[in-house]
Amino acid sequence: MSVEGRKRPFFTAEQVSWILVAPLLIILLFFLFLPMLTLIQVSFWDYNEWTFFPAFIFDNYVYIFTSNVTFATYWKTIQLTLWTWFFCTVIGFTVAYFLAFHVRSLTWQIALFLLCTIPFWTSNIIRMISWIPFLGRNGIANSALLEVGLIDAPLEWLLFSDFAVVLAFVHLFTLFMVVPVFNTMMRIDKSLIEAARDAGASGFRILIEVILPLAKPGIMIGSIFVVTLVMGDFITVRFMSGGQSTSVGRVISNEIALLQYPAAAANAVVLLATVTLIIAVMVRYVDIRKEL
Amino acid sequence: MERRVPSFYLLGAFFALFILFLYGPTLTIGILSFQGPNGGLTFPMNGASVHWFANLFEQQAVGDFWGAFSRSLILGLMVMVSTVSLSVMAGLAFRERFRGANILFYLTISSLIIPSILVSLGVGLIFNILDWEVQWYSSGFGAQLTWTLPFGLLIMFAVFNRFDKSYEEAARDLGASWWQTIRFVVLPMIAPMLIGVALFGFTLSYDEFARTLLTAGSKNTLPLEIFGMTTNVTTPVLYALGTMTTAFSLGIIMVFLVFAYWMRARSRRLGNDAGKGMV
Repeated sequence: MSVEGRKRPFFTAEQVSWILVAPLLIILLFFLFLPMLTLIQVSFWDYNEWTFFPAFIFDNYVYIFTSNVTFATYWKTIQLTLWTWFFCTVIGFTVAYFLAFHVRSLTWQIALFLLCTIPFWTSNIIRMISWIPFLGRNGIANSALLEVGLIDAPLEWLLFSDFAVVLAFVHLFTLFMVVPVFNTMMRIDKSLIEAARDAGASGFRILIEVILPLAKPGIMIGSIFVVTLVMGDFITVRFMSGGQSTSVGRVISNEIALLQYPAAAANAVVLLATVTLIIAVMVRYVDIRKEL
Repeated sequence: MERRVPSFYLLGAFFALFILFLYGPTLTIGILSFQGPNGGLTFPMNGASVHWFANLFEQQAVGDFWGAFSRSLILGLMVMVSTVSLSVMAGLAFRERFRGANILFYLTISSLIIPSILVSLGVGLIFNILDWEVQWYSSGFGAQLTWTLPFGLLIMFAVFNRFDKSYEEAARDLGASWWQTIRFVVLPMIAPMLIGVALFGFTLSYDEFARTLLTAGSKNTLPLEIFGMTTNVTTPVLYALGTMTTAFSLGIIMVFLVFAYWMRARSRRLGNDAGKGMV
């Protein structure tokens, strides 16, 4: 290729790349990396009723690791996470499987997929509120059950309970499972399924032995989303349990409300470490960049 | 064509239930927001009226609803513009190898995985320590970008993974400069997809709660305002507000989708081959 007559580029290709990513890097450094370092730093600070100030004490961590509340809270959070993950995975996989393999025209696939994603672009808080008329003491669910005669008195545990919390989580987060699983399923070579069918496999065996293993990376990405979203949540737990249930996120937000920032920071660091550990185990099974 | 297997209908029914599960509650509060003036938070409807919508326009009833709405709108647009431009730039850069690319990629991904409340707390603490005042347009804006940029970048990865590079090479062989190639070849080809990035940027910001909670300062954004209401408002005005904002979100989504569709149709009509290089 002739280079003559063309200006020599002012920057090398690598320099151009660096210039292009600079704004992203600066924002992430200042609003993500630095805040995390600050959290770690402040977690060693001291505080009183009015303010917090620099120090180097381990009290905040000692309190966390010697308190029974911590373990109860983590146990509760993990229970909520596992239930939510289970339902999100089962529902998300089924929905994605239907869209990818049973809906035949691409137009319909896109249309139905959009139908699933639209709620994601609306407010989570309003989607939580919208369960009130459904689950409340005089809500639709109770009225319907009474009408049919399945129950004699309204069920009290529908709203403001762990049941409601998990229900809201599944409602909010199943999409995070549908999207990556659908994405991986759409990339499965259809001839593999043809081959399995020609070899005499039933639809169910194809699902279990061909599609499921190939969809695993998608399930893993979805799981990472669901697990981290639930582990870090404080608002859904507070709202849907009516303040009765607890989670790590809620403990942190309560400490923030009491202006006990160093304690909140210490809890935040422990939560971050826990989530990172869980993710580290999960990503061993998937290469995220290959999946896009 | 193959005959439909029975499992199709079973799965179809499951899918329909899932859609009902997704939309049912929202529709319910949509209906209930038209409660009569004496109606409560649940069925039955006690007459029908727009009383609760009218209530939204009275200052004292729901706090500073319009102020919060306009702040959220402006912030959403700020985040949208920044997300689109920064994601495209980073997306272009990530097509080539450069030193530090992996670290930056994982830093970006970690932004999705770190619980939002930690970002909120961390940014709030930095501003506190530096003795800067937290404001929705400074700290709130930055905190929201940590949520929208990873989505933007992931979409750009998906876009460029399907991008046929031979169009670019052709442009360069014809003597186009780097900038001309980007401006006249790459950007027109990826434009319809950028609408998706913009949609993510705007709506994620407009509905963002956790990362804005400790970074918005004294002036609430709309989700913060709504959350404040949930603790002390026990009338259907809450539903009216929910219906209004959801309708607004749906309107925005429709605008984006129609715009994306229109752009594709336009490039097809003009005989432009933009978008066809996507493999």
